[in-house]
Amino acid sequence: MASVAPGLDEIRARAKPFPKRHFLSVTDLDPIRVGELLDLAEGFVALNRQPSKKIDLLKGRTQINLFFEASTRTQSSFELAGKRLGADVINMSPRASSISKGETLVDTAVTLNAMQPDILIIRHAASGAASLLSQKVDCSVVNAGDGQHEHPSQALLDALSMRRAFGHIDGLTVAICGDVLHSRVARSNVALLTMMGARVRLVGPPTLMPASAARWGVEVVHDMKAGIRGADVVMMLRLQFERMQGALVPSTREYFRLWGLDREKLARAAPGARVMHPGPMNRGVEIDSEVADDLAVSLVQDQVEMGVAVRMAVLASLSARLDNR
Amino acid sequence: MTGQPLAFIGARLVDPETGYDGPGSLLTADGCIARVSRGDTLPGLPGDARVIDAVGALLCPGLIDLRVKTGEPGSEPKETLKSASRAAAAGGVTSIVVMPDTDPPVDEPSVVDFVLRRARDIELVHVYPAGAATRGLEGKALAEIGLMREAGCVFVTDADRPIVDSRVMRRLLAYAGGLGVLVAHRPADPWLTAGAAASEGEFAGRMGLPSEPPAAETIMLERDLALLELTAPTGARLMVDQVSAEGALETLRKSKDRGLPVIATASINHLTFNELDIGDYRTFWKLTPPLRGEADRAALVDAVASGLIDIIVSAHAPAPAEDKRLPFEEATPGSVGLETLLPALLTLWHEGQAPLLRLLETVTLAPARAIGSEAGRLAVGAPADLILCDIDAPRIIDANLLLSKSKNSAFDGRRLQGRVLMTVVDGRIVWEASAGAP
Repeated sequence: MASVAPGLDEIRARAKPFPKRHFLSVTDLDPIRVGELLDLAEGFVALNRQPSKKIDLLKGRTQINLFFEASTRTQSSFELAGKRLGADVINMSPRASSISKGETLVDTAVTLNAMQPDILIIRHAASGAASLLSQKVDCSVVNAGDGQHEHPSQALLDALSMRRAFGHIDGLTVAICGDVLHSRVARSNVALLTMMGARVRLVGPPTLMPASAARWGVEVVHDMKAGIRGADVVMMLRLQFERMQGALVPSTREYFRLWGLDREKLARAAPGARVMHPGPMNRGVEIDSEVADDLAVSLVQDQVEMGVAVRMAVLASLSARLDNR
Repeated sequence: MTGQPLAFIGARLVDPETGYDGPGSLLTADGCIARVSRGDTLPGLPGDARVIDAVGALLCPGLIDLRVKTGEPGSEPKETLKSASRAAAAGGVTSIVVMPDTDPPVDEPSVVDFVLRRARDIELVHVYPAGAATRGLEGKALAEIGLMREAGCVFVTDADRPIVDSRVMRRLLAYAGGLGVLVAHRPADPWLTAGAAASEGEFAGRMGLPSEPPAAETIMLERDLALLELTAPTGARLMVDQVSAEGALETLRKSKDRGLPVIATASINHLTFNELDIGDYRTFWKLTPPLRGEADRAALVDAVASGLIDIIVSAHAPAPAEDKRLPFEEATPGSVGLETLLPALLTLWHEGQAPLLRLLETVTLAPARAIGSEAGRLAVGAPADLILCDIDAPRIIDANLLLSKSKNSAFDGRRLQGRVLMTVVDGRIVWEASAGAP
């Protein structure tokens, strides 16, 4: 896939204005927009592999990363994406401290809004937090994960990883396995993959499956071995201990035995199947290191690389919309 | 002070007690209904009577709302007894029962007395305190139910907090029953509802909201009814607070068919909205119990029409902006409702969902009987608690124009029909619509 990185003018020409002011949900996009964003991201993949990775597309723009929940991967990915496009990026992690001082999300939003940012990237532990914030500010808001609701840029980077590995998304069978109940990654991926024509299976114990998942246009399977049979992509989800109230699974060793991905279970997937994980991984809980680290099957490193490129595409597209305003 | 006699001439009278719905006139005197006529005239009116031309308007008993929260004592910025009373008067609600979950809670006679004295000073609508069922609303030890009854509380309840310990619930039903005191309880399994912000189903699943299954209501209701059966010989009576799920209705029906002394309420919110009204995490629609599916709402309306649900409440629950302008999971549940109860009911009737007489009965005669009040009817000698309304007037609710101190109305922006023209309490006019009022 190595190609010549496009220049600034070419990127400017290719970056179509984002369809909405904010990017809160996969449902803000349609299949054509997704294709355009992924194409744009391909150009950034090439750029990011050059010694000089920086262009001035977002010069003068201010991007604030507002992460109420700890995150290494997503926050640094958005930070790099903004900086490589020439934006001024600052990181804020209010977390519990300002909440204990009585400041609410809306207070924070209003304060930040007065600083005239162009793009706010938000992560928050409550579903709908990004939407709430977007109603109170004048800039563009990108949802970098809201509770158990959505993480749309993750679904885009997963789609780009799959498209590069298989050449297409349409017609792939994707098994999303594990803690679907608490997973915003699963919800965004179900929406994007079904929109792009993939067949999706959700695999996991009934206690980690939303009651209504069968009505999401997917197949729900509780037995892992049956669930990944013939799958082209096996996407493992992180078991979210921190969100679990009460007994949802008896123990991590039982979980690993029944739903953890190891070579033996993976052998039931389609020949040439690839393994994905949004990270951070609980090794020996939902995934065996042997599988996670096998570069012949694992797309985990690609996912991280694609993350920066896809987020550059999203920022470029949102900025193009701001230019038009 | 009872003011001058009022003569309503040429109204459409609706009296849930007799089932009369037709033309008529009515005279008040000394705070009571003095004369009722099924004609357009009242010959021989006293000279000092104020004659009110009521042609084209509906005259019925004032509304009695058994579930109102204020913030007094303890959280006055939310709502005071005075602001709630003004909202009630404007909404045609002539009696309110205020919930005991204040700070301090209404769990002993001196707090009952405080609420009653404040209400007397305000002198707008009737304010009746509900006492706590258990001390500190903790669900552990019985509150001083007998002393609170003597002080003037009309029933006991722990409001939103379910009484988890079955032994406490059994003793509560038996003890209160022996004193002739009604117990109100909201059935909710505490474990299934823990942390929930929405009702379990496709909507909550997609939105990623922690949710409770409707069965959480049925499970607790089954327990309560089994305990009621056990304690009924002592005189125990139970009011099921805010049924919201279709499954619970079936359970309720069986017990009623067997003659158990149980009555049930539903909130106007659950009769009007379903979970989809939450839309993009709109916190004014975050309620306790949570809004459920359309099938539940429709079943609830049918249960009101059939009489399975006895009483409709506003579930008035003021919450200031800072408690609502939060992510959905963190926002305080509840909606104000005193000023929208009547138009929302009338809208259900306009939409053909339930008969007018039946709907009015659920907010007048039925709640009056539940609390042992003589009001709720158009009978000579009954208290002159009356409302005159235009049942057709179309309006769009603007929460900012409501009189409640908190503006968290689930009806904000909703198109409703019906407007209160005049509210009369004990023969006194406590609210009168000015021309062009909303």
